[in-house]
Amino acid sequence: MISTLIDTIIDVFPILMKGMKITIVVLVLSSIFAYLFAFIAGLCRMSQNVLLRKFTGFYVEVFRGTSLIVQLFWLYYAIPMLFGFDLGSDMLAGVLAIALNYGAYMSEIVRGSILSVAEGQTEAATALNMSRFQRMRLVILPQAIRMMLPEFGNYLILMLKSTSLVALIGMTDILYYGNILRGGNISQGPTIYLLVLVFYFILALPLIALTKKLEKMSKKGVAVQ
Amino acid sequence: MSNWDWEVFFDAFPMIIQGLGITVGLTIACYIFALIFGFFWTVADRIPIKPIHWVIRWIMEFIRSTPPLVQLFFIFYAWPVVPYVGVALDPFTSAVIGLGLHYSTYISEVYRSGIEGVAPGQWEASTALNLSTKQKWMKVILPQAIPPTIPMLGNYLIIMFKEVPLASTIGVVGILHLANDYGAQYWRYLEPLTIVAILFLVLSYPSAILINKLEKKMNQRFNKKDVLEETKGAAI
Repeated sequence: MISTLIDTIIDVFPILMKGMKITIVVLVLSSIFAYLFAFIAGLCRMSQNVLLRKFTGFYVEVFRGTSLIVQLFWLYYAIPMLFGFDLGSDMLAGVLAIALNYGAYMSEIVRGSILSVAEGQTEAATALNMSRFQRMRLVILPQAIRMMLPEFGNYLILMLKSTSLVALIGMTDILYYGNILRGGNISQGPTIYLLVLVFYFILALPLIALTKKLEKMSKKGVAVQ
Repeated sequence: MSNWDWEVFFDAFPMIIQGLGITVGLTIACYIFALIFGFFWTVADRIPIKPIHWVIRWIMEFIRSTPPLVQLFFIFYAWPVVPYVGVALDPFTSAVIGLGLHYSTYISEVYRSGIEGVAPGQWEASTALNLSTKQKWMKVILPQAIPPTIPMLGNYLIIMFKEVPLASTIGVVGILHLANDYGAQYWRYLEPLTIVAILFLVLSYPSAILINKLEKKMNQRFNKKDVLEETKGAAI
């Protein structure tokens, strides 16, 4: 029994490896865009322009209030019907769904961190005759980003987990190949899915370590209040 | 917006809303499962034997950092063919176990943070007063550990509600599943999927506001209490 198990693993391993590429590409692209959206939305929500503030608020609430899987299906199936054009590729739909969803969540972290930088810092920067932009860039953001780091790490792990959803729109990631393999040999299902889980776990391990490191970094050299 | 069809919208709406009971029911079932199982993790995590503690931590980390979707597939498709212990489960039960187990690892962290949030002096005082283990937990630690975790637990209920549509992939007939069925049948995905999004928004947004208010109230109450206690101590 052990030998058949090892045989299965040897058979399955290279096929799942093929899916690894898509999973990593989706993770990298969607995390870059998610952080970008988070900063844009987080800063826009503190803008002096009421319209901009309301609009970003709407975006954040809609994407935080509905499920990622619904958003993904909506972008993939409904957008082409609504506007009569395709998003071009399933890659774009997948990356956009994950990035918009987590961008909305993380924009709250960006906003919260910026707001929690002590007010005296802004006042001191104003007293030094800094412009609004200088204040943000040189004084507030360097302190705020440090507070965001641990949460950003946590969200990276969440994004890794949610990349598995792109298999549902036909992208050839790890789970996609796992599903195909199981369809070919149902009795090997447990081994295959366990191996898929192990693949995701191996991808998650460096992210977990990174998050712990970011936590330490954000605490270092900061006075305990 | 030329392709939006109100007729389809009103045609699909009564059909999709029939799945709301299943979606909400599954949310509650998963949540209760996670609350109970989270308790077991918290207890298991406190076992003072190093190797066991280690194994438990790694199992929790494994469940937490792998996709719930794959876990659902494992339980629904693969578990029945596991030798000796495998049993076939219906989609609803599989979803309760899969999502419940996944979120139990998060819930257990909430419990843990609650327990660790109790000031060390409280533990020492219980020991100094010669309280039994049961008395210590029931009368001193838990009454202080539970209330601060309530808003966090409420948040997880909302998160759970938004994760439940994953179960449509293994055939639980909730609102998302019905919307997809409708889409496949009439080749209209736009309106049914929009209905699903609206239903989620309508249910989760007010709950989120409610939880926020609860959190603020809790914070206020506990801060006030602390101040009260301090002044009392000073008077004596």
